[in-house]
Amino acid sequence: MAKKIDESQVRQVAKLSRLDLTDDEVARFSIELSAIVEYIEKLNELDVDSVEPLAHCLPIGNVFRADEIRPSLDTEAALSNAPQRHDEYFKVPKILDDNSGA
Amino acid sequence: MSELEYKIVVGLEIHVHLATRTKMFCGCELAYGEQANTRVCPVCIGMPGVLPVMNKKAFEYSVLTALALNCNISSFTKWDRKSYYYPDLPKNYQISQYDLPFSEHGHIEIPLEDGRTKRIGIIRAHLEEDAGKNIHTLGNFSAIDLNRAGTPLLEIVTEPDMNSAAEVRTLATQLQRIVRYLGVSEADMQKGHMRFEPNINLHITKDGTLYKTSISEVKNLNSFRAIERSVAYEADRQLDEFLETGATMKMGNKRTYGWDDENQCTVLQREKEEAHGYRYFPEPDLVPVEMNEKWLAEIKSRLCELPLQMQTRFAGEYKLSDYDAGVLTADRSTAEFFDRAVKAGGDAKRLCNIITQTGLKIANVKGCTVAELPITAEALAKLAQMVEAGEISPSASAAIFEDMVNTQKTPDTIVREKNLIQKNDAGEIEAMVDEVIAANPKAVADATSGGKKSKKAIGFLMGQVMQKSRGQASPKVVSAILSKKLG
Ligand SMILES: [Zn+2]
Repeated sequence: MAKKIDESQVRQVAKLSRLDLTDDEVARFSIELSAIVEYIEKLNELDVDSVEPLAHCLPIGNVFRADEIRPSLDTEAALSNAPQRHDEYFKVPKILDDNSGA
Repeated sequence: MSELEYKIVVGLEIHVHLATRTKMFCGCELAYGEQANTRVCPVCIGMPGVLPVMNKKAFEYSVLTALALNCNISSFTKWDRKSYYYPDLPKNYQISQYDLPFSEHGHIEIPLEDGRTKRIGIIRAHLEEDAGKNIHTLGNFSAIDLNRAGTPLLEIVTEPDMNSAAEVRTLATQLQRIVRYLGVSEADMQKGHMRFEPNINLHITKDGTLYKTSISEVKNLNSFRAIERSVAYEADRQLDEFLETGATMKMGNKRTYGWDDENQCTVLQREKEEAHGYRYFPEPDLVPVEMNEKWLAEIKSRLCELPLQMQTRFAGEYKLSDYDAGVLTADRSTAEFFDRAVKAGGDAKRLCNIITQTGLKIANVKGCTVAELPITAEALAKLAQMVEAGEISPSASAAIFEDMVNTQKTPDTIVREKNLIQKNDAGEIEAMVDEVIAANPKAVADATSGGKKSKKAIGFLMGQVMQKSRGQASPKVVSAILSKKLG
């Protein structure tokens, strides 16, 4: 039987997520992800013809806040978990714009 | 030589920063130019376990803008996650709207050079959050400032209805005016409050066959000049490419370009091979928004007369030139101030001259708008009336305007106190004319000679009389008496 998530799809998702996977990992994730998707596909057996599509699991809407300023974090606190910093900036490896970006 | 015609086809994506005080989903203050990472909190830097909460004002500003763009407002809208990995996007997804945007199917009118207007369709407008800023000055590293992350961002997508670089620029400027009129954005291009992304291609007819070139998207333009030039450049480049290679559009091969302002050209960034790489899915942390009649009516009541409507009305109703009407309506408060002054009884053309020639200058020096100057529309109308009635000269009106601003006195008080009342008394003026004629026999001879020198000599004599009256004689009366005397 063809796998639900084949190796090329794993490589594609890994690329979008900027993950560098070994060939062994690609093979393993293809099997594992396929098993997960197959399991979830059980839901397709349900008859939902008479059920309205649901946009959110809570039966409420319009939860807003007023446009009022609240204190921000102290910069030191904001940067405290950053693996690297440069002055008051987060410092990250440079990523060239390939196919991400809005 | 084969026959070739082509049409430029452009659609625009526009991102507008909304002028709320706080971010879209947290209470961090919106600030431009602050020290990096001082306007951040666990929500907008993507800490685990936090919950976003919608800013009501941002939503209402968006609806107001969509209404001004004649869009349908959805009774039900929801949020989605747009996933991509980039360092300035701390959650690794952007909260946006995918299949159920809050508004769709609108249009905007833009003025054309020939005086007509053109309707450009709006496909949709949706609300999302901006990313942070990525600063590439650290060699192999980047510095990230997340102050901007989470800023409410209204995205407006037009139909590909524009057919020239000038039309694209006009739409951009109209939209800037509209959001400023509505007060929903400062729309300061230099601060990145508005960013534009044109999608450009050509429809080429060659020997009776239609060819379409592949679409180029130019990213992140933030000046009107760059918008216009990049569209014109891309159109030329695509035509050259077509003539050279004959290449036409293939499915999904939209190419992304940046604009190199220094070299005035577009630069290929990347091929968009995976159109659906964003893996949109419903945002579980935010509940949907339902719009009801009452709320919508309340937002609708905040609409105002829009800039182009006002410009057209000023040109039609007040008989102003398109140019003058455009200058007056560039800013809503100035336009409304002018309108009030006209309604208070001032002559429209006279008020237009006073405001555009003197008012804007004074306001500029004071660093405010004309409407913010400490004068009332009624006082300015009175000033215009006094000029119209010949009580003061148009040149004196500038000085009086300035006095009005500085002293907050009414124009008639200033005129009385400074003895600026224009003399219309024919007897008094006649005496001055007689004196000038007696003192300048040579000029009088030239003036009556009827030759080339005549006009110049009459002007000289006019000037002498005006000088004698210290500028207070009515030029109309002086001219009439002088020409009578010179026969
Ligand atoms: Zn925040």
